[in-house]
Order: sequence, then structure tokens, then C-alpha cells
Amino acid sequence: MTSPPRVVVVTGVSRYLGARVAARLAADSRVDRVVGLDPHEPPTALRELLADVELIRADARAASGALAGLGAEAIVHLAVTSAPDPQHGRAAMKEQNVIGTMQLLAAAQAAPRLRKLVVRSSTAAYGASFRDPGVFTEDTEPRAVPRGSFARDILDIEGYVRGFRRRRPEVAATVLRFAPFISSTADTTLTRYFAQPVVPTVLGRDARLQFVHVDDALEILHRSIVEEHPGTFNVAGTGILALSQAIRRAGRISVPLPEGTLSTLAGVARNVGIGQIGFDQIDLFVHGRVVDTTRLVAEFGFTPRTTAEAFDDFIKGHANGSSITADRLAAAEKAILDGIRRVRAGAASGGDRH
Amino acid sequence: MLPGQADFTLPRPAEPVRVNGRRPIPEVPSMNGNGHHPGLETPPDPIDVWDQRVAAGLAFLRRRFAGNYEVDDFGFDRELNDAVFQPLLRVLYHDWFRTEVYGIENVPKDGGALVVANHSGTVALDALMLGVAIRDQHPQERHLRLLGADLVFRMPVVSELARKSGATVACNPDAERLMSTGELVGVFPEGFKGIGKRFADRYKLQRFGRGGFVSAALRTGTPIVPVAIVGAEEIYPILADLKPLARLLGMPYFPITPTFPWLGPLGLVPLPSKWLIQFCPPIPTEHLTDLADDPMVVYNLADQVRETIQASLLELLEKRPDPFGL
Repeated sequence: MTSPPRVVVVTGVSRYLGARVAARLAADSRVDRVVGLDPHEPPTALRELLADVELIRADARAASGALAGLGAEAIVHLAVTSAPDPQHGRAAMKEQNVIGTMQLLAAAQAAPRLRKLVVRSSTAAYGASFRDPGVFTEDTEPRAVPRGSFARDILDIEGYVRGFRRRRPEVAATVLRFAPFISSTADTTLTRYFAQPVVPTVLGRDARLQFVHVDDALEILHRSIVEEHPGTFNVAGTGILALSQAIRRAGRISVPLPEGTLSTLAGVARNVGIGQIGFDQIDLFVHGRVVDTTRLVAEFGFTPRTTAEAFDDFIKGHANGSSITADRLAAAEKAILDGIRRVRAGAASGGDRH
Repeated sequence: MLPGQADFTLPRPAEPVRVNGRRPIPEVPSMNGNGHHPGLETPPDPIDVWDQRVAAGLAFLRRRFAGNYEVDDFGFDRELNDAVFQPLLRVLYHDWFRTEVYGIENVPKDGGALVVANHSGTVALDALMLGVAIRDQHPQERHLRLLGADLVFRMPVVSELARKSGATVACNPDAERLMSTGELVGVFPEGFKGIGKRFADRYKLQRFGRGGFVSAALRTGTPIVPVAIVGAEEIYPILADLKPLARLLGMPYFPITPTFPWLGPLGLVPLPSKWLIQFCPPIPTEHLTDLADDPMVVYNLADQVRETIQASLLELLEKRPDPFGL
């Protein structure tokens, strides 16, 4: 049972994470066949990565036929988007996240040779409430249905996985709750947010944030496919950064706005098409989100780099938008100190002359 | 042997007795109470001192602006706490409330412990002063990690100040996580019933809820240190509580004190009462770890803690006949 699956189906290969996972599986000699399932054509940038991956252009609705015909032994469900696509909007996002998962899992349930299911989830599954504990473990239940669309989708997706686990208990189902992805090149709502020279924040709130480096997320995904790790796991870098601290480290300037104003502005910006800050992000900036990764480290024997290290990698890749860098601050410190010393030395020698 | 004989020696003069908390004048006043007397050292070249201070201050500002500091999982910012919050609170603790601490040796040297205290004073200044007392008097200068009501974390600004000073939401997962990582956790089981009670009910302990704090301590085998705080009741004496107005504002109570709201912002100045803090001997719980879910054990232990605090409160009140004395 613990041998790596020979045929793996990966959904969402038209996007960065899916393409990287599929490419890495294709490069693994233990896996015979990797099939990418996606309704969209992968962009040219990802084409090269997917050279060894069979591509099937079909949405989840057509998946049932494909899964049975391929004899899939493992399914990796990565077609979960965290923000609405500007072209297709929220309806398409929900269609893909919720309906897509439902149909994929229905198909998976009927796949006879299936023994492994890996689903991308998010730490957004913990919701956002003022009564939340400071650190979430995998067993923490959300206190209320969150208002962010992605968070609600995640709750639905995990609900379907729970149903699937009940109906196919012999299939090892792994749910990975990822903290927001970050790296020098990752392009997500949050990385675009931190890349701006001036960053809006919520007045009077300083959320505790955690990130996971994309490379570590890929490692965990790969291990959960070729090894056997059933269960639900938080995937995040240990330690935290306060939002203000992250902005300072990135050398950006923060503009605190009252929560209502920020929501309104974000809504206007979304409608104009220049930004994707939604309730998901605003809730994150108000409540913060910190998870415990003890279970992940014990089960996978792999420790993702810390949140601070992952964020440092992001800073390296986005140096050109920063205004208050550590070097400039150090130079300013030295200039002020020298100035004070000079003035005091001048005053002292002036005093001697009298 | 009678007085007047050769080997008669005068009895040693008695140790200087604290007079209402102030030692007699000849002693060097010490700001931190740790026996550190800054005035006794030979003062180094004053110019160098100022240069060092300016350099240290600038380095601090640079670290803050560059985000170059550590924050723990709960948002506790040790550097900010030691450099900004503690010195400010110490003024209140030392000069305004003239706080005296007894039995600090009952706070464990290291490892987790649950400090349980009575709650009073309209705003939770007693929690902050308890933190200063432990930081100041304890030989290891331990930090107290407070557990606060969710109302605290609902309010902007206040919530972040609370998190940065080491507090977190009062819930069992957080309490157990802090205690099992060897932190000193402070809890006030009376909650709003304690701080919102009227002046007429001062120093009468309120109900201790369901004793959730006890089960958290039992589950982690952490000792419980009962603490009695005298003085906080007089800082904002609540003469009346406007319940309808409180409900309208979404607050647990709306206090009317002799100065608030009559004097406006001036009414927010706490009255300078004399504070005494007594740490009682720790109650071990290691042998009760299996009984954390037994409601009777939990209830009895909560009751024992409550009785201990009430008894020490009465003892302390006898030591302090005048609430506003020196």
C-alpha cells in the first residue's frame, strides 16, 4: 500500500502550482504516468515544465470518464483558486472551487483503483473571529462562517472531502491547509499587495501573519503523493511576522485606514480592476492567522523554512519598490549620530573658549 | 548574665521597618526594588553616558523602523515591552500607587505557572500592575502573559497593545499552549463581574465562573499561584452602573464614579490609592492531571483558590488601614 502510485492525475495544471507539482511528479522515476486535468490551456510560460505531462483539456464534469479510463491511483486536486479571476469573476471562481471539487470527488469515489487523494486547502478554513485562539491546531473548528469568498469555498471543499473520507475510507486522503504562499517569484494577491510601494492597512490592527515558501509547499505536496500521509495538516513556516513588521522589513510605507474605508476602497478598486483585496484579505489583516505545524513536522519529517526566512526571499525578489530599506535607515542613523556628536563637540570647544 | 557585665553587647539595631511602604529616609531609594542602586556606582564620564544613550536610542529606532525584531506566535513583542510599556507602567506602579509586593518567592523560578488574582478597578489596571510587579520583583524578571476577555481583542488599537504586551484571548487552547511552553500565565476568573462591581462590594470576590482556568492548569500539570491585590478597588470607585447605556454602547457596564463622567478626561485619572500585592504559596496540580475533566475536582480546586485569595485580601486590608495612605 505504501508504494508510490503509478498513475497520478493532477488538476489545475494551467496554473503555477499545479504545473510545478505535475512536472516534479513526471520527473520522479517511481511514477509512471502523470496526467494533467485542466479546462484551460496552460500559458506558454508553463509549457516547458509540462513537457512530460499528458494534458487533458476537460473540466471536472468530464473527469469521471477520464479517471476511470486512466486507472488513476492518486488524484492531486490543486484547481482551487484563492481570488476571482478579473475576466471571469466570482461566479467562475465558485464554479471551479466548489462545483469542481464536488464533481471531481464524485468521480474519484467511482474510480476503482484510487488509493490516494491530496487536496489543496488553506488556513482560511479556520475562519476569523475575535474569540479565536491565538494559534490554530488542525482540530480547531471555525466559530462562524467567514465572510471571505475563498474562506467559504474552502469550508465547502473540506466538507466534500469529509464526505469522501466516509464513503471511501480505504483511500488515504490528505488535506493540506496552506498558509499564504510566498517566494521571490510567486504571484498571488498577497505578494502583489506587499509589492506595492505604499501599502494600505487596517487602522488599529496589526495582524499576525504566517507564510509558506512555495518550494516548501511543493516538497510537502510531492511527499504526500509519493509517500502516505493521510490526515489534515497545517502547512506554514514557523514563527510569525506582524503585518506592520512585514511591511517595514519589505521597506514599504504603510497607510493605516479605518476598516470600513479600506473595505470600500478595496471594493472600488476591485470594480475598476486594479486590485484584488477582498474580504478574505481584510479579515486576515484584522484577525491575523497563526497555525501550529507540529503535526506536519512530525508526520512528514520535513520542516518548512520559517515565515521570516520565506518573507526574506520575497524581499530579495522585490527590492525595487522599497523606499525605507535597512541600509538607508542605518545610514540615517549614522548621519544623525555623527551630527549630534559634531554639534556637541562644537558646543564643548565653544564652551572652553569662554 | 546581667546588663553591665563585661561581655554585654548592645542588641543589634532592628532592620529598618517600612513605614507605610516607604523605607526610612537614609536608605537610597531604589527604582526597581532589586537592590540595584544606580547612585552608588561611580558615575562614568557624563558625556559618554549621553553619547551611549543617544546611540542606543537611535539603534532602537532603526531596529523598529526596519522591522528587525522578534514577535512570538501570540504577538508578544519583548523588545517593545521592555523599552516602552514597562517603563511607562512602572511610573504608575511605583510613584502613583506605591505598590508593595509580598511573597514573590511563591512565583516559580522557571517553568509554567498559572497566576490567579482577584479583579477590580473598572479598567483592568490591576492586571497590568501585576505584570509590572512580577517583572520588577522576581529574581528572574519573568514576563506575565495575561489572558484577556474577547472584548479587549474586539477593540482596535487596544487589541494590538494587548497582544504586543503579551496578552492573548482567555481560552483553554491558548492558556494550555502558553503554560506547556513554560510561560507564566495570569488570569482573572472573576472577569467583568470583578472589575464592574460597585464600590460598596469592594474586596468581595465574585463568582469564579466554571473554573476553566483550573482545568487548563490540571491538564498541563501547572502549579496555581493565588494572588490577592489590594488597592485597585479604590482607583475608580463605581457608585452606580448605568446598565441601559452600557447595553447601548455594547459594554459590560457603564460606570459612574466620583470623577467620571463629570470631569471629562480628568475623570480618567485613577485615584492614588495604596496598593499591596500578596503572592500565596503555589498549589501543585501534577498529581491531578488525570482528573482535569472531573467537574467536582475542578470546582473544589477553584473554590480553594478563591478562599485563599479572599483570606489574603482580608489580611492585606488589615495591613493597610488607610486606602490612600503612604
